[in-house]
Amino acid sequence: MSSVESDIYDIIAEKSAVDRSKLQSDAKLEDLEIESLDVVEIIFAVEEKFDIHVPYNANDQELEFETIGDVVTAVQKLIDEEGASA
Amino acid sequence: MNRVVITGVGVFSAAGKSVPEFWETVRDGKSVIGPLTIIPTDDLHIKIGAEIKDFDPKEHFASKQLGLLDRFAQLALMASREAVEDSGMDFHGDEGLRAACLIGSGVGGQQTLDESYYRIYAQGRKGVHPFTIPRLMLNAACSHVAMEHGVRGPAFAVASACSSATHAIGQAFHMVRSGMVDTAVAGGTEACIALGTMKGWEAIRVMALDTCRPFSLGRTGMVLGEGAATVILESLDHAKARGAKIYAELAGFGMSSDAMDITLPDAGGAARAMEGALTDGGLNADDIDYVNAHGTGTAANDSTETRALRMALGDAAAEEAVVSSSKSVFGHALGGAGALELAVTTLAIQNGVVPPTANFTEPDPECDLDYVPNEPRELQIGAALSNSFAFGGLNAVLAVKRFDG
Repeated sequence: MSSVESDIYDIIAEKSAVDRSKLQSDAKLEDLEIESLDVVEIIFAVEEKFDIHVPYNANDQELEFETIGDVVTAVQKLIDEEGASA
Repeated sequence: MNRVVITGVGVFSAAGKSVPEFWETVRDGKSVIGPLTIIPTDDLHIKIGAEIKDFDPKEHFASKQLGLLDRFAQLALMASREAVEDSGMDFHGDEGLRAACLIGSGVGGQQTLDESYYRIYAQGRKGVHPFTIPRLMLNAACSHVAMEHGVRGPAFAVASACSSATHAIGQAFHMVRSGMVDTAVAGGTEACIALGTMKGWEAIRVMALDTCRPFSLGRTGMVLGEGAATVILESLDHAKARGAKIYAELAGFGMSSDAMDITLPDAGGAARAMEGALTDGGLNADDIDYVNAHGTGTAANDSTETRALRMALGDAAAEEAVVSSSKSVFGHALGGAGALELAVTTLAIQNGVVPPTANFTEPDPECDLDYVPNEPRELQIGAALSNSFAFGGLNAVLAVKRFDG
């Protein structure tokens, strides 16, 4: 597990009160019963941690982040992009 | 109990700084949402809103008075001047002792808060302006409206986020109906285009990047819009005695609390507020020809409000009624929204025209009522509802009837 992935798992476990052992790359946010306000708080914590902006909108009718792995991939991509432009 | 009528309307909004200008813009569905100019947007991801353009407060307030006025109080005063003049009421004599003043706002003096914190934390200044507290307090708008017009009866501010104005008007309605007062100045105001406030809304991830398109497929959220509106409420006997012009009858008021979630709306709670307004006004579901929806343009509100309309009115009456959201035109004025939207509802009844939901692109299967997309529609409205549902699950709904004597 990369350090980015590990940090994200820590954040999700803390903000959503889901047991960290249940967090896996293919676990769906919906199945973990992570509520919409928790998602917003998780995204904010990720932004603070990695100094990135995640263009997440809770109104998107097509869910951008279905699984934990989707979140990790998106964050890693943003870190690479924003790091490259810095 | 008194019958209660609306005898004056005043608005000060991005869609117009007077009732005629406002009505023309709203009726034609000309959305005034655009790039923000009154605050720097370099650090914002959301750079759009509905601003009041070409407003120089110095032209409308003496410098001594202006020093005490946050923008939210300025907007309320501007709206109240038009409403009071429109009604022909003079509160400075004995009438003022039998009059109430209730003005809602979600937050109060947001620009004052923003500027004061900036001085302390960013500029490292030692103090803030001595009028900081009187400018920012949530009742400042109410107090200035009462002072300027001489309203000396019950007066207070009402705060329930996006339902503030509707709660304020509903409370004033019950005061006039019960006979506690003869008249009331009631409404709401919000000057929400401040950097700190925009940051806060941006952070909760419900803001649209493009525009506000309520009930439409592909909607991406809400857009903030500043503004204020006030109405003059009056017992029918009092209005008749002085030969007042009557716009419409305020017939009923319903309130409820979801008691479920601090941000997510609940269809059951919203439906109970609508049912309450019908019962309070002695109206049946099939009396309702038009609903000015809360219609924020968020995924959650619009589908929930649609379900709530079906619950409250029943499927047949909900499908028969027409529904539109004026937030598509002038954005979401938060604590001022309910007053602006009651003004729209009243003007729609008076003019026999339903204003459209602007920016509508295509139907959403989860929003399956008639939302009057993009074009106004002529309709004789017998009765209408104006819906407000707030963060925190606090719902308020006003029922308005055409006045036929």
